[in-house]
Amino acid sequence: MGRTLSEKVWDEHVVRSTPGEPDLLYIDLHLIHEVTSPQAFDGLRLSGRTVRRPDLTLATEDHNVPTLDWDKPIADPVSRTQVETLRRNAEEFGVRLHPLGDVEQGIVHVVGPQLGLTQPGMTIVCGDSHTSTHGAFGAIAFGIGTSEVEHVLATQTLPQAKPKTMAVTVNGSLPAGVTAKDLVLTLIAHTGTGGGQGYIVEYRGQAIEELSMEGRMTVCNMSIEWGAKAGLIAPDETTFAYIEGRPEAPKGADWDAAVAHWRSLRTDDDAVFDKEIVLDAGEMTPFVTWGTNPGQGVPLGASVPSPEDFDDDQDRIAAEKALQYMGLEAGTPLREVKVDTVFVGSCTNGRIEDLRLAAEIIKGRKVDPDTRLLVVPGSVRVRMQAQDEGLDVIFKEAGAEWRGAGCSMCLGMNPDTLEPGERSASTSNRNFEGRQGKGGRTHLVSVPVAAATAVRGTLSSPADLEPVPAGAN
Amino acid sequence: MDKFTTHTGIGVPLRRSNVDTDQIIPAVYLKRVTRDGFEDGLFSAWRNDPSFVLNQPAYAGGSVLVAGPDFGTGSSREHAVWALQNYGFRVVISPRFADIFRGNSGKAGLLAAQVDEKVVQRLWDLIEAEPGTQVTVDLESRTVRAGSGPDAVEDSFDIDDYTRWRLLEGLDDIGITLSHEEDIVSYEAGRPAWKPATIRA
Ligand code: SF4
Repeated sequence: MGRTLSEKVWDEHVVRSTPGEPDLLYIDLHLIHEVTSPQAFDGLRLSGRTVRRPDLTLATEDHNVPTLDWDKPIADPVSRTQVETLRRNAEEFGVRLHPLGDVEQGIVHVVGPQLGLTQPGMTIVCGDSHTSTHGAFGAIAFGIGTSEVEHVLATQTLPQAKPKTMAVTVNGSLPAGVTAKDLVLTLIAHTGTGGGQGYIVEYRGQAIEELSMEGRMTVCNMSIEWGAKAGLIAPDETTFAYIEGRPEAPKGADWDAAVAHWRSLRTDDDAVFDKEIVLDAGEMTPFVTWGTNPGQGVPLGASVPSPEDFDDDQDRIAAEKALQYMGLEAGTPLREVKVDTVFVGSCTNGRIEDLRLAAEIIKGRKVDPDTRLLVVPGSVRVRMQAQDEGLDVIFKEAGAEWRGAGCSMCLGMNPDTLEPGERSASTSNRNFEGRQGKGGRTHLVSVPVAAATAVRGTLSSPADLEPVPAGAN
Repeated sequence: MDKFTTHTGIGVPLRRSNVDTDQIIPAVYLKRVTRDGFEDGLFSAWRNDPSFVLNQPAYAGGSVLVAGPDFGTGSSREHAVWALQNYGFRVVISPRFADIFRGNSGKAGLLAAQVDEKVVQRLWDLIEAEPGTQVTVDLESRTVRAGSGPDAVEDSFDIDDYTRWRLLEGLDDIGITLSHEEDIVSYEAGRPAWKPATIRA
């Protein structure tokens, strides 16, 4: 019987397999950041161990770094200690680090692909659940906890029970104005937040193949939001074209050997998945969340649901609590929901393509006077590219804030947070209670919806905007 | 890691599903560089509410958390496990755990016991009817027990064999893996030369 893509990649990385025990998997790339690593390095020191493969390890600073005044010492002493601890650990253990101020600094899941370090057929881990992003290249990539970070540092391997396999096939093409973000939000509303649990998911079908690498990363990024262990997409010409020429991509004969191997990374025709889901892209529309988990979403054209709409007891109670927290009335059209802050950024939608899309919609328009628009590039490279293209000017002229690279308001660990009761439309991936600041209320949206919302001040899509007057800008 | 065989302690009912890691411990509390001191951040948003279960004296000193389905979804932060442990929890019982949370628990020595949804419901009813009720979780026999008489709960829980064995023996994962050093070395010898490296020789 044939094998699926994920089974092929898995099998290639098994160091040791014994019945009754998890497989011992080799890890090709270990990404590190300041928040989930200090205790792991401490563990190494306590047991007198070293980093086995510093050459397969990369560190950057992203979660708690400021996006203003990043050239000055970090004001919050506790944040500063965490960043300084990473710098000390990287130095002591010989790990390559891209610190604040470095041209390669940024969100760890933006930096890996951008350097060309993320390649098909790899195993990639990081102490961050959105490591699934790298699956867009046909890699098995997943988030791990700090004990596992220590394990990978010490051994370059990880014991892992083999997950089940699932195929999510998205047929047809996405309609104009509907993005990868809408696709994945639709999927999560369909499956619920636990629907992918225990599975490695392969996204396939015409709509997936038609996505750019940025779009594929957006989809794989949110695999964890429906509980999947990892999500991946078979590598193809789009993938190879993205990687070729990047700083850490294979060169010359190595490139040819690599591509030859990558072409074999496809699910065999006779392979069988443990589970299959089929969706139709043609029916998808801009999609937004109304609740406090990413599965609580509806089309932008719909109204806030009522708890009574849910048959399942747990879902009904969850909806009641969510509506109360979100300060929403059942039956309110989502287009009438007033938004205080729009956040464009994060490892879900903080890449150059996302910023171009936002700028295209903002160009010649103004941000609503009662709304704040925060644009946070995913990396310094993205920021520089955007500036080369003049996107920063477009944002600033519209009244937006143009910031430095990092996770920023995605998790509100740095000073970029919502006030209690403040409402955001956010291109990030989590709308959990308090995620963007204590008492903050988050609606997850695509980049076009975020940009249009910033202009109108209520949840909107670009179709709701007045045309830009001729001659403006 | 200390061995875990059986534990008896006050059961704490958390009547919520989808308790994500941002609820268990918000990001602002993640800045410490040690494994201790995270108890202050545990369920911090909910602890402002005087009626929240951890604020009720009857459950003071509780060590067995009984929660709804999809506990620990979201972030990979092991700080969520440490916060529960730092506060005094040894066991979390739920009908469904997020994968990363369950993995982290196993590594850090917190027992994540998966039971049927009905068992959680009965445990909630029992420990709410009589706050302070002790719950016993026996890893050897994979059973959870609480109360006596007609409402008593006694049922089995799920945990994978490997994690159970490691917890029972109190084994350090890294030590086990390093005993297979030869396998790692021989795997490395066969890796293609074109695989990427972050530091070039
Ligand atoms: S941008 Fe958000 S989701 Fe992505 S790594 Fe940073 S905190 Fe995590």
